[in-house]
Amino acid sequence: MRRRRRAESTDTQSLPRTESFTFDGAEIPFVPGQSIAAALLAADVRVTRITRGSRPRGLFCGIGACFDCLLAVNGQPNVRSCLQPARAGDAVQTQRGAGDEQRAVRDQYPLGGSDRRTVGAEVVVVGAGPAGLAAAVSAADSGADVVVVDAGQAPGGQYLRQPAGVPPAAAADHDDAAGVAYSRALAHPRVRILSGHQVWACGLDHGRPVLQVTDTPGDADLEIRAGAVVLAPGAYDRVLPFPGWDLPGVITAGAAQALLKSDGVLAGRRLLVAGTGPFLLVVAAALAEAGGNVLAVVEANHPSRWLRRPLVVAGSPSKLLDAARYLRILRRHRVPVLAGHAVTEITADRQDLRSVIEGVDEAWRVRPGGRRIVHADSVCVGFGFTPSVDLAVNLGCGLALDPLGNVIVTVDDLQRTGVRGVLAAGEITGVGGAIRAAWQGTIAGLAAAVAIGRLSETDCVRAAAPARRHVLREERFAAAMHAVYPVKPGWWDRLSPQTVLCRCEEVTVGRIRNDFRAYGADDLRSVKLLSRIGMGPCQGRMCGSAAAAVLAAESGQPPDLLPVISRPIVTPIPLGTLADPAAPR
Amino acid sequence: MPDTYDVAVVGAGIVGACCAFFSVRRGMSVIVLDRGGLVAGTTGSGEGNILISDKRPGPELDLALLSTWLWRELAAELSDEFGDFELEEKGGLVVAGADGDLAALLELAEGQSAAGVRHVAVDAAGLPDLEPYINRDLAGGVYYPGDLQVQPAGAVAAILAAARSAGARLSLHEPVLGADVDPDERVIRVETPHQNIRAQQVVNAAGPWAANVPGLAGFTMPVSPRRGYILVTEPVGELVRHKVYTANYVDQVASDDAGMRVATVVEGTPAGTILIGSTRDRVGFNRAIELDALRSLASGAVRLFPVLRDVRVIRAYHGFRPFSPDHLPLIGADPTVPGLFHAHGHEGAGIGLAPATGHLIAELLAGDQPSVGLAPFDPARFFAAEVSHATA
Repeated sequence: MRRRRRAESTDTQSLPRTESFTFDGAEIPFVPGQSIAAALLAADVRVTRITRGSRPRGLFCGIGACFDCLLAVNGQPNVRSCLQPARAGDAVQTQRGAGDEQRAVRDQYPLGGSDRRTVGAEVVVVGAGPAGLAAAVSAADSGADVVVVDAGQAPGGQYLRQPAGVPPAAAADHDDAAGVAYSRALAHPRVRILSGHQVWACGLDHGRPVLQVTDTPGDADLEIRAGAVVLAPGAYDRVLPFPGWDLPGVITAGAAQALLKSDGVLAGRRLLVAGTGPFLLVVAAALAEAGGNVLAVVEANHPSRWLRRPLVVAGSPSKLLDAARYLRILRRHRVPVLAGHAVTEITADRQDLRSVIEGVDEAWRVRPGGRRIVHADSVCVGFGFTPSVDLAVNLGCGLALDPLGNVIVTVDDLQRTGVRGVLAAGEITGVGGAIRAAWQGTIAGLAAAVAIGRLSETDCVRAAAPARRHVLREERFAAAMHAVYPVKPGWWDRLSPQTVLCRCEEVTVGRIRNDFRAYGADDLRSVKLLSRIGMGPCQGRMCGSAAAAVLAAESGQPPDLLPVISRPIVTPIPLGTLADPAAPR
Repeated sequence: MPDTYDVAVVGAGIVGACCAFFSVRRGMSVIVLDRGGLVAGTTGSGEGNILISDKRPGPELDLALLSTWLWRELAAELSDEFGDFELEEKGGLVVAGADGDLAALLELAEGQSAAGVRHVAVDAAGLPDLEPYINRDLAGGVYYPGDLQVQPAGAVAAILAAARSAGARLSLHEPVLGADVDPDERVIRVETPHQNIRAQQVVNAAGPWAANVPGLAGFTMPVSPRRGYILVTEPVGELVRHKVYTANYVDQVASDDAGMRVATVVEGTPAGTILIGSTRDRVGFNRAIELDALRSLASGAVRLFPVLRDVRVIRAYHGFRPFSPDHLPLIGADPTVPGLFHAHGHEGAGIGLAPATGHLIAELLAGDQPSVGLAPFDPARFFAAEVSHATA
């Protein structure tokens, strides 16, 4: 097995890879702290499962949202390999279908339920990214005791993601609002961070927020009754379906970045970065700097549209410098940026991915001529981000659509959601970047302190004022960004009927169109019930907005998104954990 | 589009679809209205059970036997042309934890047997042959090979498509705003936001919302929503092969308690997921998620199948069954409004009983003698009770 060239600029590089697990019997070395998916990728293994429809799949989103990198660990199928830390001696297997053959049925099962605990907390923050950590700091500074629940193995979220297996650093390369929040939160005596934990259900009990929390394996069963909750779960990559988007080796831009930052693994040797948005430049530059051969950045929009917004750009000089820095890096590595182009199809060609790149017009319709073929071993795709609004939906927060078609949580100037004691900050209130998220977090933490009676509203408004100015400036920039990097309708019309739309249930674009034409299924609930789209483990996270777009292209009416964003069970929970220990046998 | 339809069906769920299908097949002109989209109501929230095992001998069992036969006919007739709806000869296994419960189960089965229901008594040692992963501490059970399962959304879509191809009109997103009877013309006018529809006869097939259809509720309707939750696991393949439920299920279905009742029902699906039910409570159209209900369902499931402890729940959903005070559906003419018919109140058995309901309603609408005696389902039974109550 060839050893993948590992990233050079990360701390894990210097650590020895002395431990190993087995994958289908073969030894796979790993750096302590690495995920199974990362260790496999570093060993050139891209396929973790074969679907029931015989499609090979592997790592895709990289952060636990898509459920495509499932495999079996020690006889337990359906393990997300991107979240599961590699452990020495584990027997890991390719999962076939639902994993029946990989499942080890035990002779004896314990009779009781899990060790259920209920705890109270003054302020609970969900998410340890820039928004969550800043909220934790400002709430704690106001005297509150704060618990931060975070799915990651270490705090930081995506922006401040730290190398796995090393003690949390002080985010030395971030001297911005997010970096400051990170350093302060980790040192704060009243902030406790519960890493590797996720809220799997939440609701209100007599008007007070209650969160059900479990750990990565799903063993823990912790109920937290909170005085106030700050929702800061962030966002995941938005990916549009196209033929071949579900092939192993096609991953999200965010996954490529996470692999690099936390696991020190390059997603491939020859990489193509495609989609739309400034994040593509960030990822491409990082991949190139880490030693990856980035073949091109394929950008469907025309970033030159920034020139039409000189005032916004002038108002955010640091953003301008950032962009210039990434472009400089890409020039140095001779990475071409193809604006007005899109990867329209990927096919598997032996070990390679064969990508078709075509020019697209303003509406993202393919322009004839100018078709070219690029062979890569990894294609990193991203079309902006989708906010994680699950918890907010379950708590009954007000929702709205942003200009990109994402469902977001509506908040007032103090980040209040309209539900008493529930605040929201960061990307779930609209995608606007890490710095805006951190400043919003600062305000949300103050508002949480008000909600539990540790701060007067007057003092809160006064203390929040400087942060509020930062938020407004960042939002002007974000609005301009949304205008420059939209998703255009031409994408949907040209999708072939065979294109997989729902990755989990392997439902095609043609199926949705047919259910509309033949049966009149014109809303997402009926589409879901008929085709099973969005019914798989990811619960529509990957396909929900795409299904809405395909349906809208048919019916001429944008459908209500609620059926594909409503997830009472936010993350899978084992029945054994959910079962009541007190139940009679 | 005719000036006056023979029949307007209100509600495009499984019952409304079957009423339309069997009516149009008898040559009637039919329009089906629904205030929501396709499978927007109860039909989209069920498990797709077509059960005879849980019916006590009597009129509902007779209805179920007719309906099971019709389901097989529908699948054979419609699947190729209008879409497969996964009708599965799944078989039901009712299990008992204690010897006393088992004796009661066997007694029920003997009674059903007289009505023509096939069953096989299974002792404790025989259970693993049917279900390899079932709890070994059970006393035994009864296996019913005639219990079926169907994919309800696919079935509604196919049956409505067949009705449309035979000439019925389907109008979704068209709520009824009001209705009035013109006794001289023997016509009911149904008002919607888009049009006034004239029909000689109207079928209220609005399920748990039957009492809320403006102008078409008829006499004061006793039907109310009875909520149920279902847990859905990640796809696991063949861990559970039949519909397996506990002996107390029949009692819980028949309970009149408005509080939360739980009877464990576990079944695999062609999609590889396992569905776990069942809860019953009457709290109006309350859509809040109740964690205690979900925990009770999980507890029941792992008691029946310990192997499920390691299996994860990925979704939970709920629906509203149309609750009828005597647990029998309302099928027949409204006692107060000429031309209005009722077809609802099936509770959790609506998918199973829909084809028989549609078939019998079509016979009534055509003025024919119904092929099953409808007296036990006559909506007038509640009207009579109400009148005697009022005069007492």
